[in-house]
Amino acid sequence: MKDVKMDITAGRNYLNETKGWKSWAFTLDHKRIGILYLASITVAFFLGGIFAMLIRLELMHPGRDIMGPDTYNQIFTLHGAVMIFLFIIPGIPAALGNFTLPLLIGAKDVAFPRLNLTSYYIYVVGAIFGIYSMVTGAIDTGWTFYTPYSTQTSTGVVSMTLAAFILGFSSIFTGLNFIVTIHKLRAPGMTWFKMPLFVWALYATAIIQVVATPVLGITLLLLILERVFSIGIFDPAMGGDPVLFQHFFWFYSHPAVYIMILPGMGIISELISVFSHKKIFGYNAIAFSSLGIAFISFLVWGHHMFVSGQSELAGMIFSFLTFLVGIPSGIKIFNWLATMYKGSISFETPMLYALSFLFLFTIGGLTGMFLGAMATDVHLHDTYFVVAHFHYVMMGGTVMAFLGGIHYWWPKMFGKTYNYFWSVVAAILIFIGFNMTFFTQFILGSKGMPRRYYNYLDQYQPLHAFSSVGSWVLGLGFLIMAVYLIHSLLKGKPVGNNPWGGLTLEWTTSSPPPTENFSETPKILHGPYDYDKIAVEPSI
Amino acid sequence: MDTTASIFMPPGGSTIAGEIDAVFNYILYASTIVFAIVVFSMIFFIAKYRRRGKAGLTSSMDHNIGLEIIWTVIPTILVAIAFFMGFNAYLKLFVVPKDALEVKVTAQKWFWSFEYPEGATSINELVVPSGKAVKLLMSSKDVIHSFFVPDFRIKQDVLPNRYSMIWFEAPNVGEHNLFCAEYCGTKHSEMIGKVKVLPEREYNDWLEANSTVGEGMSLEDLGAKLYVSRACVTCHNIDGKAGNGPSFRGIFGEPVKLVGGSQAMVDENYIRKSILVPQADVVAGYQNIMPTYQGLLKERDVDALVAYIKSLKK
Ligand code: HEC
Ligand SMILES: [Cu+2]
Ligand SMILES: [Cu+2]
Repeated sequence: MKDVKMDITAGRNYLNETKGWKSWAFTLDHKRIGILYLASITVAFFLGGIFAMLIRLELMHPGRDIMGPDTYNQIFTLHGAVMIFLFIIPGIPAALGNFTLPLLIGAKDVAFPRLNLTSYYIYVVGAIFGIYSMVTGAIDTGWTFYTPYSTQTSTGVVSMTLAAFILGFSSIFTGLNFIVTIHKLRAPGMTWFKMPLFVWALYATAIIQVVATPVLGITLLLLILERVFSIGIFDPAMGGDPVLFQHFFWFYSHPAVYIMILPGMGIISELISVFSHKKIFGYNAIAFSSLGIAFISFLVWGHHMFVSGQSELAGMIFSFLTFLVGIPSGIKIFNWLATMYKGSISFETPMLYALSFLFLFTIGGLTGMFLGAMATDVHLHDTYFVVAHFHYVMMGGTVMAFLGGIHYWWPKMFGKTYNYFWSVVAAILIFIGFNMTFFTQFILGSKGMPRRYYNYLDQYQPLHAFSSVGSWVLGLGFLIMAVYLIHSLLKGKPVGNNPWGGLTLEWTTSSPPPTENFSETPKILHGPYDYDKIAVEPSI
Repeated sequence: MDTTASIFMPPGGSTIAGEIDAVFNYILYASTIVFAIVVFSMIFFIAKYRRRGKAGLTSSMDHNIGLEIIWTVIPTILVAIAFFMGFNAYLKLFVVPKDALEVKVTAQKWFWSFEYPEGATSINELVVPSGKAVKLLMSSKDVIHSFFVPDFRIKQDVLPNRYSMIWFEAPNVGEHNLFCAEYCGTKHSEMIGKVKVLPEREYNDWLEANSTVGEGMSLEDLGAKLYVSRACVTCHNIDGKAGNGPSFRGIFGEPVKLVGGSQAMVDENYIRKSILVPQADVVAGYQNIMPTYQGLLKERDVDALVAYIKSLKK
């Protein structure tokens, strides 16, 4: 297919149209804001990754390897806080979502470009508070900030919780913006059921962001009030109730798990369909299960508290709902598999991550059953089993989807290709390293190794050492990725409009797109996955 | 009842362990089968349908009611079973048999103390008779801790503002690890101990010996013993090096600087007060983290610790 539109925009695109740092700092273009987010969360990811490597290094042997217990406690707290609040929550929606959402629905921009930029700067301010907290007596409570420990510790709880509080606004603004954008700015002819599934996922995510985040904000504010003014809310020494904090906290933080995973699932739907060159199986099931998950996710928070002394009845209801929320996720997996059936599957880098996702996320989901069943949760709660489980979901799920998304939209974002060979090497190393690091932790945990332990009994040493070695393999994979992506930015070959043969709208415009996204309002001639009707060959 | 260790689970040491492991194993088998189906079909499809040459047009199949019902209903049944098994076994964990022996558990940074019916006490070592139900009535003196014995498959948070409960029955004599599972600060990972299961007769002997411990011993020897068994050792060294608290070596008879600038002389009364009301005089350069031992030490124990510290000359 000849690229007609390429000629109209004639080399002009959102990256080169305006120049200078101001054109970036004050940009209202969703694509540039997406790139700003992408750069920021990448920094956060590497920072959190360094903390992770330090943790694994310290855990090579029992007792002291490289740091003392207080430093260790700070490092694992920072690892969690940075990865969650600065990387994974804003990750897919604010970076990839920002860049792609208007392109996917054929719009010029998001509904409120100024609000979009504001949300980015709020993110930056939040990050600065977080970093301030790190250099001035970093917090040591764990990212969950459980009271009354967090009321009593002498470390920087206020600055870190304030950071999370501020970051919450950024998340709410992005969510609001996306909801309105999806309602109002779809191109003519793009009905709800012609939207790509990633858009559905962003929509469901945005609802959770807007509804749940305020609860976290208020909770953290109450914690700050308690610390600063000694008002008894959570600390029993002042007449408060520590378990109340856990209820508030998980009321946000369980739905937040879906803020992290739903957009990832959305990306996987795109990737599996494009690289299987096959109509997505069960479009409606996938779209509605996103909304269903979003809704039920508000009703399961108590599964984090089976051993906190909550009533058996409450526990039973939470356990039941937890299993219920798992089923739509399982159905999605079967839908993706069925999409591959009779497809024409190619093994481009994004697809490798999608396949990794299927493998790892399935383990993550299934191991959730052990934790949803009350009797086994009693044994496994707060052990490494939980650590392994949520890393399989968050890293094996969300991060794999994120990496798949990056590799998928990279040519669109920068108009460049990256090195296929090295990208495959990195994907394989990450897959192997990940399993080495975290599969061992299932065994550690069920054998009774508690989490957040600086020191441990000798019997756990071999598995800990193996896990630490795995983290080096994982780290190496990411280093290689950093190198070939930077190389691509500097020296990558230019790429056509539609390198993967995708049918969604972003592939109809040039790579990189012009500032206004499309040279004329796009027409919706077919559904996003009509590979049974239209054959578009990749144009590398 | 008698469960052997698997790749995943440690050997079971309580009457309930077998039941918990049955739930675990059920989920393990069910999820292994589901996982195998997912991975097998994935590998099969990517092998069979890999792209050869141009992509071309592909099948328009995008739903199949029969298939969708199957893959909704079967997982639902599988998880429903897991839910019921899990709930059933969970109830047994919390319904305490009537004739259970009651032990009071107190958690504080960073050790466990146990009080037995006849006035015996122990620290970081819970001693129980085999073949008898034991109920633990637990509370914390500071932050949240969690009582976790992997071999028994039991865990329960220990809260500062209310009692929480758990019970177990260990059929066999033996020793099991006890961990604190809720993060509680610097020495969270040192807040570990043992559960010692003794034959009923030995347990009774132990109770008796414990309530009369040290009667035949000199004060100094008893003090040295208490220094370890009452967990002073987790914070205080005797080699002159500071730990979480000051070393005991050579402090007696010397002046000590306190927070706020004042000075005190380390004499018998000062030591006594430091043990029973530690927050009253806080040594400069340290945090006010020493727990009070009020109610945990008998009069003679305090005397013994004073004598012991006195004996640690420079
Ligand atoms: C959780 C840690 C911890 C434990 C356990 C602990 N202490 Fe302390 N102790 C401290 C700290 C910290 C200080 C210094 C601050 C203060 O005076 O409160 C201290 C101070 C003292 C002092 C005053 C020392 C001086 O140089 O003036 C004495 C005496 C003492 N402890 C005795 C004991 C005895 C006896 C035990 C065991 C029965 C014990 N401590 C258990 C942390 C602990
Ligand atoms: Cu949850
Ligand atoms: Cu602890």
